[in-house]
Amino acid sequence: MWLDMDLKDAIVRAVVDGLHRAVVYLPKDVKEAIKRVYEEEKSPTAKTHLEAILRNIELAERLGLPLCQDTGIITFYVRVGTGFPAIHQIEEALIEAVRKATSTIPLRPNSVDPFTNRNSGDNTGRYVPVIFWDGFRDGDGLEIVVVPKGGGSEYVSTFAMGVPGKGVENIKEVVLDAVVRAGAMPCPPTIIGVGIGGTADLAMHLARKAATVRRVGSRNPDPHVAELEEELLKMVNSLGIGAMGMGGTASTALAVHIEYAYRHPATYPIAVAFQCWAARRAVVTIEPSGRYEIEQ
Amino acid sequence: MAVYRLVTPLKEEDVRRLRVGDTIYISGIVYTARDAAHKRLLEYLREGRELPFDLSNGVIYHCGPVAVKEGGVWRIVSAGPTTSMRMEPYEHIAIERLGVRMVIGKGGMGAKTAEACKRHGAVYTVFTGGAGVLAAQAIKRVLDVYWLDLGMPEAVWKLEVEDFGPLTVAIDSTGRNIIDEVVKMAVERKKGVLSQEHNALI
Ligand code: SF4
Repeated sequence: MWLDMDLKDAIVRAVVDGLHRAVVYLPKDVKEAIKRVYEEEKSPTAKTHLEAILRNIELAERLGLPLCQDTGIITFYVRVGTGFPAIHQIEEALIEAVRKATSTIPLRPNSVDPFTNRNSGDNTGRYVPVIFWDGFRDGDGLEIVVVPKGGGSEYVSTFAMGVPGKGVENIKEVVLDAVVRAGAMPCPPTIIGVGIGGTADLAMHLARKAATVRRVGSRNPDPHVAELEEELLKMVNSLGIGAMGMGGTASTALAVHIEYAYRHPATYPIAVAFQCWAARRAVVTIEPSGRYEIEQ
Repeated sequence: MAVYRLVTPLKEEDVRRLRVGDTIYISGIVYTARDAAHKRLLEYLREGRELPFDLSNGVIYHCGPVAVKEGGVWRIVSAGPTTSMRMEPYEHIAIERLGVRMVIGKGGMGAKTAEACKRHGAVYTVFTGGAGVLAAQAIKRVLDVYWLDLGMPEAVWKLEVEDFGPLTVAIDSTGRNIIDEVVKMAVERKKGVLSQEHNALI
């Protein structure tokens, strides 16, 4: 019989391990997308940098080192099994895991007081790490999606309240504007998440999750939305920004992921979130016995 | 678009020969500096104090590395570039007053830096954003660290590098700014794409 205390430790261990995996190994879908874009790209400058990215990915794996030094403010999406025993300890465990990962992996400390500019030194602080309670799941397991997303791509996040009458045209305008304004800053090729509808905060939440958690190659189950994803990706790549923003035919974006909610008749929230090529994520599943699995 | 291997200290005539789109691999010494270090550099200049390091004909790298100290020796674990635009208010002064010949970063820089590159014979180059391990591999040794009181990422790290790159020249000494040009072109293309859309609707 496990005590709650033991289970808390087990969560900490699993999440530190998940973070370690996430910052060293890029998920397979992302790697494959970068390779595909490398093949398709025609600009020699963009190709040079895509090649450097691929070499960097390989080196990180071989040496077991974080592939980019900016592991950001860490975000967790948590789904709790209805039968999971130590629910009241999850939050504490996640914060402890971040502290531990910061000193052991090591991760660069990125959590700063917005008023005093004091860096907490351990990647924690008010509301940080960011924890989203993403509902319940069947069974007694705990599922945590770990997302270390850097500041460069976060910096260019965009929100616009569209004109309700304009519809889909509006979405295209806002997305293309955001991509042009972001330019080289989010380390293209990027994965672009678009959140539509709901409330302002929900649209941004959907956009960010679509950019970071959804696998590259997956399509929105709604065929019309899936079609819009394809169309937007073509449009974005036709802008010619390219890997690292020095021009390119195929490497501005790896994918466009759209998620939507119903909207109020008087509003049309459109949010755009960028995930750089270093699209790091891991899914950690923990059982009440303390056993855990990590998937990417 | 040529490929060059350069060694520090850089020579003005070599730097003036570089053009937008050229690829460079650099060996010798580079100094990291982010926002806080740039602010302090300027404070020193204003107060007429002598800097603890020499940047003339030198290289500044916009980078906040992850470093570990093992047995009293610093080692760089990961050291990719950071967004250069934050240094735009300061860099032209560093180029003019300190004789910096090359700035390395990511994301592009603005008109002030381009003007300084033209006037004083310097370049802004881009290292692959996010390629922190690749960068660390080319860093042979930490020669010194200054202003560690600013914190590990903000301190100035004096690094010995070998074939550090690929670096793409994004601003050359003619004042051309490729990232700026690409964005301007993208703005035009965006208008084209959207008006096609619009016409298809009516
Ligand atoms: S945008 Fe991404 S790849 Fe670029 S430096 Fe930031 S975290 Fe690294």
